[in-house]
Amino acid sequence: MFAPTELNHKNRRNQRLVRMLFLWMATMLIIPVVLILGILVYRGGPMISVDFLLTEPTNGMTAGGILPALVGTVWLVVVALLASVPIGIAAALYLSEYASDNWLTRIINLAIINLAGVPSIVHALFGVGAFVLFFRFGTSILAASLTLAVMTLPVVIVATKEALQSVPFAFREACWNMGATRWQTIRRVVLPNSVSGILTGVILEVSRTAGETAPIMFTGAAFFLPFLPQSVFDQTMAMSLHLFVISTQVPGVPEELPFGVALVLISMVLAMNALSIAFRTYLRGRKKW
Amino acid sequence: MADRYQAPPGTPAIRTEKLNLWYGTFQALFDVDLEIKPGIITSLIGPSGCGKSTFLRSVNRIIERLGYVRTTGKIEVLGHDIFAPANELVQVRKEVGMVFQRPNPLPLSIRDNVLFGYRLHEADARTLSKSDRDEIVEKALREVLLWSSVKDRLDGPATGLSLEEQQKLCIARLLPVKPEVLLMDEPCSALDPEATEAVEELLWRLAGDYTILIVTHNMAQARRASNECIFMLLGKVIEHGLTEELFVTPQDQQTADYIEGKYG
Repeated sequence: MFAPTELNHKNRRNQRLVRMLFLWMATMLIIPVVLILGILVYRGGPMISVDFLLTEPTNGMTAGGILPALVGTVWLVVVALLASVPIGIAAALYLSEYASDNWLTRIINLAIINLAGVPSIVHALFGVGAFVLFFRFGTSILAASLTLAVMTLPVVIVATKEALQSVPFAFREACWNMGATRWQTIRRVVLPNSVSGILTGVILEVSRTAGETAPIMFTGAAFFLPFLPQSVFDQTMAMSLHLFVISTQVPGVPEELPFGVALVLISMVLAMNALSIAFRTYLRGRKKW
Repeated sequence: MADRYQAPPGTPAIRTEKLNLWYGTFQALFDVDLEIKPGIITSLIGPSGCGKSTFLRSVNRIIERLGYVRTTGKIEVLGHDIFAPANELVQVRKEVGMVFQRPNPLPLSIRDNVLFGYRLHEADARTLSKSDRDEIVEKALREVLLWSSVKDRLDGPATGLSLEEQQKLCIARLLPVKPEVLLMDEPCSALDPEATEAVEELLWRLAGDYTILIVTHNMAQARRASNECIFMLLGKVIEHGLTEELFVTPQDQQTADYIEGKYG
């Protein structure tokens, strides 16, 4: 009575086939990651030394270290975060906790989606027009960071919104019923319980910001500038642009040098991510639900 | 600390007059006229969609959060119009507390849950000494018969409690601001029979100090745990009377049929 029919066999074969196919697709994702990291470590690893990190490039960037680029990237990322995180979180709070579904909200959401879709080179040109020329910041860390901030704002907003919305609605309801205002609800319940998710958004932004090249190329990053920046109005070198320059623009660069630079850049991002994940786990552990 | 409002004797705890309510274009309440007496438990029964929860949620105006709700008519709590333009909505919510179907303690410690409302409403909350705070917490938890089982873990997460304890905590956190009315929306439907009995026992303890309005799907519960009972059907009040009379000698045929289980 329960014997399989021909159709059962066929269905089971298909089922196996489809499962295998999907498994392969998913597994293949690992390959580029392993290859990239592997090659970088293998070829760039020997380049890394304290001297490499702490000295300036010499001999027309064919030798020496990467200190100005390293410091420059940190400047760019930090200033960009200072601009985009407060704006992004405030915007997300408004959209998630206050906004009702009306035309203004819809326009804001549409703008965010479109902002996320603008190519980075277009952001770069916008940055030149807006920050370098119009606001007269000149080519500077400030102009470059603000360009980066505009570009990464959608990431922060979307991630923050998701984090806020993952806080169960019942908590808000409970607060409102006790007579809490929206702000009291946000400050006492919603934010403390979504901070780990918001942090994820910030991490993502850091990774993107550190690696971007196009938006900083015309707005504040210098080709070769072997000094450390003194203020946000200085130009600076940056890791990503430096990598591009020594890989394509400068003759006579030893083959291993770009690998070394790339390895440092990716390690910076990974270290930042690891730190944030640790912090996030710690915050999550303190959650009361 | 807050003093309770003294209403002139004979003032109903809740009085509504021609209360109509619409969700968008759908009318959920029709000319509801009710007088709910202070200091007793009144239960609201009726089949799903009869408007009993809608009515309950109107009394602390939480229903307005939905945005597409329109209300006409009057609701008075202890003689005061809750829609009066000069009123502070937050004060309405303070005087009229609500307990939900699913216990919803906040993701804070037990202590902070109890103090939450007090911190929202009382100006002296910031300057209160630790012993004053402890006193508030202990008093509220004793009032809901929870003190002995949680007194050693006040700083533990409220969500770690059993459902019964959570529900009691949700009642306890309303008490420090001395509300007049407690609204309960099926407070036992997520609880097992023993926990239900415990919560009902608690309701009887609180009655007298507070006016309790409880919505329930469970007719036996309405019968056990209320002094007066209101039967609603399709947005209208059909019958309102002493619980024992309403269940034994209902005046309206629709009430009788509902109680007998012919529909609903």
